[in-house]
Amino acid sequence: MARKIVILALAILVITFGLYFYEQNKRKELKILTISTTTSLYDTGFLDEVARIFKEKYGIEVHFIAKGTGAAINDAKLGVSDAILVHAKSKEEEFMREGYGVNRKIFAYNFFVIVGPKDDPAKIRGSSVVDAMKKIAEAGREGKAIWVSRGDLSGTNVKEIALWKAAGFDYEEIRKEKWFRETGAGMGQTLLYASNEKAYTLSDTGTYLRFKRAGKIDLEILVDRGEELINVYSIIVVNPEKGNENFDLAMKFEKWLVTDGQEVLRGFGRDEFGMPLFYPAVEVLEKKIEPYYSWIAKYGFINGSECPKEYRYRAEEYGIAFW
Amino acid sequence: MVSLFGDLDWGIVAEITLRSLKVSGLAAILASTIGIPVGVLLSLYNFTGREFLKSIFNTLLGIPTVVMGLFLYLLLAPKGPFGFLGLLYTEMGISLGQMLLVLPIVVSITATSIEQVSEEIYELALTLGASRAQAVVKVISEALPGIVLSSIAAFNRAVAELGIALMIGGNVFVYGGLANTRVLTTAIQMHVARGEIDVAIVLGLILLSVVFAISWIMNLVKKWL
Repeated sequence: MARKIVILALAILVITFGLYFYEQNKRKELKILTISTTTSLYDTGFLDEVARIFKEKYGIEVHFIAKGTGAAINDAKLGVSDAILVHAKSKEEEFMREGYGVNRKIFAYNFFVIVGPKDDPAKIRGSSVVDAMKKIAEAGREGKAIWVSRGDLSGTNVKEIALWKAAGFDYEEIRKEKWFRETGAGMGQTLLYASNEKAYTLSDTGTYLRFKRAGKIDLEILVDRGEELINVYSIIVVNPEKGNENFDLAMKFEKWLVTDGQEVLRGFGRDEFGMPLFYPAVEVLEKKIEPYYSWIAKYGFINGSECPKEYRYRAEEYGIAFW
Repeated sequence: MVSLFGDLDWGIVAEITLRSLKVSGLAAILASTIGIPVGVLLSLYNFTGREFLKSIFNTLLGIPTVVMGLFLYLLLAPKGPFGFLGLLYTEMGISLGQMLLVLPIVVSITATSIEQVSEEIYELALTLGASRAQAVVKVISEALPGIVLSSIAAFNRAVAELGIALMIGGNVFVYGGLANTRVLTTAIQMHVARGEIDVAIVLGLILLSVVFAISWIMNLVKKWL
């Protein structure tokens, strides 16, 4: 019996190693592109559609790894991903300045919304963004309103910090106040929490519409106008000089995203939600469609360009131009 | 009521359920292959550092899966020390990670169940003229229910954990893809994040059924042994 056990154990180990090498070989034959992405983009299902198209049309398996913008950037720095889809300009700039990212292209935009309970205790409905933030803080200090923050340094959280700053508040200071709650969780969880607590929060449109339609939350869009709320999504390819062996494939993906991908983007979510979840950004930049062009330029450009010259890398070989 | 199964593609559900079984099954088998001998060693042989080793395994019993997932992620990232293995975002990566996670369960339960039967039986077998190896085999067969339990517990923990499957697996899914890593737990997490709670509940029930079925089958196997 002892011998049988040893043989069994050896067989198991041999099979495991066999499986390992089989898997590694299979992966070598497959064309796999790994892209770390912000959750707000992933959870709409748009990227599932993109992955399906790439598999069917080009035989390329695009692996989307959903994380917050901060974590996605970390992924890229560790050499995990070949490109990132993100929406936090300040972090993107840092990422490129450190030499990790190149060839940034803005491919989509939409608008954040400030949502809150129907009875709107802070009376922000229809206000400008800055006024709304001020009113919420005031009502909060009077104990009439609650604000919920993601607090996870995601793109949405970074936007929120900027909005507080524009309204004259220091995020680090007000986050200590009683009416200010942090979930440290994704947008969906944060919306559920805000709905339970009858609180205000900042949300991307995609997640809000999805949860609203499913009847999971009792919150309304109270402020959705204003250039400050623009949400600009961009793709950054990881620098081959930092060890990205998949640069070629990643650039082809970028090229697709800013050409054919724009049409997929335009149609996505229209049937389901009655409004598009994202707007294609390339034509706005090309034709300088106002006022969106100025807004993207103001909130999405780095030193007057979507990708300053020093951060470009052999993009002309792929027929990609920058604005 | 929103149609419960409207958004549910049963082909996908079958695929990720089978993957859960495969990935965590391999983890449990590997952990048993390594963990049972270690458990036997720790319980039957006296050597210096034995108690210390036991304490280490007992401590690791309760390690949070996200902590484990984070460590492994940093080790397996391409620029990490084990990046050359190419295990990040692969099925085998999840299996090996879960194997490490459940190894202490196998070791501790095996060791404890052997200790409960060993004293008399081991001595008795030796006095009756058995060789040491035969005596060990006798003890193991007496402790078999406990050892089988250790494997079941290992599988259950592996198939139900999220941290490693998410951080090492990445919840990758491509229609018709050959290198997907989405398993039941990561799918549940994703559907909750997307507000598709009904789908998440269905997947949760499937996960429970899988755990139940495996436990039941293992009990039959135990009786057969």
